[in-house]
Amino acid sequence: MRRATQEQGATSLSRAEAEALARRVLGKSTATEARVSLSSGARGNTRFAENQISTAGDNTNTSVVVRSVVGKKVGQAATNRLDDAGLKAVVEMSERLARLSPDDPELVPELEPQRYQEGKGWSESTARLDPALRAAAVSSITGPARATGLVSTGYLETRATTFAVANSKGLFAYDKDTDVVLTTTVRTPDGAGSGWAGGASNAFSALDPVGLGARAVDKARKSVGAMAIEPGRYTVVLEPTAVGNLLQLLTGAMNARNADEGRSFFSKPGGGNKLGDKVVDGRVTIVSDPFDPESFGTPFTGEGLPTRPVTWIENGVVRNLNYDRYWAGRQGREPTGSAGGLKMSGGNDTIEHLIAACERGVLVTRFWYIRGVDPRSILYTGLTRDGTFLIEKGKIVRPVKNFRFNESPVVMLNNILGMGTPVRVSASESGNAGAPVVVPPLLVRDFNFTSLSDAV
Amino acid sequence: MSTSRREFLKRTSTAAAAGMVLAATGDAGASERTAGLLSPASQGDPAFAELLMRALDAAKSAGADYADARVSLNRTQTINTRERRVGGLSDNETLGIGVRVLVQGSWGFAATSELTADGVVRVARQAVSQAKANRTAGRKPVTLAPAPGNQRGTWRSDAKVDPFTVPVEEKVALLLSANEAAMKNPQARFVNSSMFFLKEEKSYANSEGALVTQTIFRTQPSMTVTAVASGDFQSRQSNDIAPMGRGYEHVTEARLVENAPRWAEEAVAKLGAKPVEAGRYDLILHPSHLWLTIHESVAHPTELDRAMGYEANYAGTSFVFPPERVLGTLKFGSPLMNIRGDRSQPGSLAACGWDDDGVQPEAFDIVKNGIFVDYQTTREQALWLDWYYKKSGKPTRSHGCSYAQSWADVQFQRMPNVSLLPGERDLVWEDLISATDRGIAIVGDGSFSIDQQRYNAQFGGQLYYEIRGGKVVGMLKDVAYQMRTPEFWGALDLVGGPRSYFLGGAFGDAKGQPSQSNAVSHGCVPTRHRQINVINTGRSA
Repeated sequence: MRRATQEQGATSLSRAEAEALARRVLGKSTATEARVSLSSGARGNTRFAENQISTAGDNTNTSVVVRSVVGKKVGQAATNRLDDAGLKAVVEMSERLARLSPDDPELVPELEPQRYQEGKGWSESTARLDPALRAAAVSSITGPARATGLVSTGYLETRATTFAVANSKGLFAYDKDTDVVLTTTVRTPDGAGSGWAGGASNAFSALDPVGLGARAVDKARKSVGAMAIEPGRYTVVLEPTAVGNLLQLLTGAMNARNADEGRSFFSKPGGGNKLGDKVVDGRVTIVSDPFDPESFGTPFTGEGLPTRPVTWIENGVVRNLNYDRYWAGRQGREPTGSAGGLKMSGGNDTIEHLIAACERGVLVTRFWYIRGVDPRSILYTGLTRDGTFLIEKGKIVRPVKNFRFNESPVVMLNNILGMGTPVRVSASESGNAGAPVVVPPLLVRDFNFTSLSDAV
Repeated sequence: MSTSRREFLKRTSTAAAAGMVLAATGDAGASERTAGLLSPASQGDPAFAELLMRALDAAKSAGADYADARVSLNRTQTINTRERRVGGLSDNETLGIGVRVLVQGSWGFAATSELTADGVVRVARQAVSQAKANRTAGRKPVTLAPAPGNQRGTWRSDAKVDPFTVPVEEKVALLLSANEAAMKNPQARFVNSSMFFLKEEKSYANSEGALVTQTIFRTQPSMTVTAVASGDFQSRQSNDIAPMGRGYEHVTEARLVENAPRWAEEAVAKLGAKPVEAGRYDLILHPSHLWLTIHESVAHPTELDRAMGYEANYAGTSFVFPPERVLGTLKFGSPLMNIRGDRSQPGSLAACGWDDDGVQPEAFDIVKNGIFVDYQTTREQALWLDWYYKKSGKPTRSHGCSYAQSWADVQFQRMPNVSLLPGERDLVWEDLISATDRGIAIVGDGSFSIDQQRYNAQFGGQLYYEIRGGKVVGMLKDVAYQMRTPEFWGALDLVGGPRSYFLGGAFGDAKGQPSQSNAVSHGCVPTRHRQINVINTGRSA
């Protein structure tokens, strides 16, 4: 029933197989309405430390999630056992949970069959990356690092997955996509210097392991001997990864219901929300577009709703908040149907131009341990890491110690002095493959560094 | 389908069906609680053992010098409510096998959900072939510290009531009653409550003769009450109730309905609290807050893989480095500071009979009278410290800190429960307050962030009280403290006694790539730290 797509046992459901499996599951349902979500595929990863592979892992799995509605009651269960007994058990469990649950006053009926665009996120260059090819990519980083007397650590992850959603009203949606992310941190043997570089894409062929390793090596060398400068408000050049780290926090806070309920930055004092309000610099536009080649996403949501390009912020003005189907219905709006993923507007400047335009400031490679402090202002704290440099008179003059910041992405996007060309970044702190994030480097004034860290 | 596959399915589907019946039969389930899924008969399933042996044999025939294999069935249940509504009710299970091999000192790992005789052989061969691809010329080989082989037996969490035998209606009714109790307070506008349960049945075998089976339970009830006033909102999370490695009795003892009005009151009180004036204060930290500071600033930097650079690309390295310059000499904190790693505490989240190397964990000192004395280790890592253990007359053995979050993930070094030991004086919370002239007392964990070497940290909390002349004089808000780890622990001058010990903890300790989640408890007592830097986090954006 599953198809081996390559020797090492990678498996994922084809459209026909997914449809057949979904039918088997729905055929066992006795509920008023039922929905099944399938996810199937292979994940592979290779880690390295001390300039050699430390561990690696390959796994394959297929999961089946069943949501049952009995009257107005809802229950959900999941399994990865695909035999008849396993499927019967998961359907029965979801129905049992539904029957035990009180009526859901916010129940929204399952969708009727929909039409979808075809997803474009699958790349053979990623799907066929086996342990030997991953090892070869890794050695193109570890080799040069070792040759220069430095110590490289890093991570290469691939995911090749198929998704399907089907329901008892005949809706069926299917998509397959791949993701790859490669990140490396190169350090000096004594721990006095550290440099990071990373990249993400749906296609391994779009990544440049050699160039990425060279960037991390260069930063590791240049970061040795960091000096302390006083914390305070600085003009900063944020590399695209650092911008991506913070920008996600803003769009993550754009839940319409929280805003309408008065517990969000996007709540309007006195009631209502900030739709239509200008909240950031007029040059800022942020969109999620699942069909943009730089930020491919799934053409449907978990409920089977077709996804579409969503403009969150246009020329600084809030154009959309995230409405789920229930809240949209209540507020008389369309459900948002976002696929996740982000793309921010930019300019034509290179990062070198932004540095050259900076009289005195700090260059930030990436941020770390970013945690919420105050949801009223989307205030977050975190630290700079793996490549923090002082800029004077338009030039990088020396490495500086890392800073803790307490800052809001709203403030960052109000204090823009310059914008570079957007690029896709690996914006998750963990280096796991996440939704695509395409952002420019930024020159920003008055960024709030509140204390120093001795960490290298 | 092979014979063993059929047998296996028969067994697991019978067991699962039994669980569902129990879940649906109300009081009838009570009598089954001790005899049902928790009975030793369900542990050490012969079909699991057969598959494990088959995987090990296949790995050895394909060229593995060492192999281990884990089959696990993880079942989780999540119930979420908000105000008068159930927002989500789900029951998930995942079953599969992971095989790890060493080939000429190089690791390989592969995992599959296809638990058939052929499937486990294929995945074992895949792990060996991957290990061969991972070898490079001139590499430093992995060697494992000796461990007693032939580990056999079963182990089970200290859980009295299997949460999966408790009717879901009962759980839902409890959460909705707790929400109702909080909403009696008119300013408590939003209430979320939830329960999470995990039951993991894990069998492990290795090529040195280990074959062990463990049943692990984890339980977390929680609530958040949000109060809203014009232009402001404040939340109180119920994190004085920690997640634990226990059964449904932990939910019962958490007394959500009785506690909910207090959490609501506290959320409302935060609206009217005075913004803190930034500066240096003596901090009195409640154990419901301190456990997280211990987790971040003590437990993480004493992980040996981190100190040796293995986690540099994500979780980070450590200021407790290099081992030869810090072991037995680094002053981590004041002489009142004693920290121990321990996976035997009943009800703790990291408790187990064997780690995922098949090693029986031992309790070990990490900080003794303020001096750093040992790291957390696995079999791969213990030999890195052979020189130190020889010098100090200790055996070179793993402390039993190997863990993987599921069958699909490779095991690596994860923290055990890392706890602050009580002081000799029998002090309690109120004693610390009355001994303090000007300070801030912090209850509950809140915002947290720390650098990648664990020096500079910033922590918030749930509730902040201003202390003047040994008394609580009012409530504060927008408080966070910033610290440098050795100074913070060096500033420790009062430590609570055994009566005030509390086991905090969390499910979501993240480390590794791909990021894996560890569950860990941290025991501690109230402490006082002199003259710590406090900032005001309130801002308008």
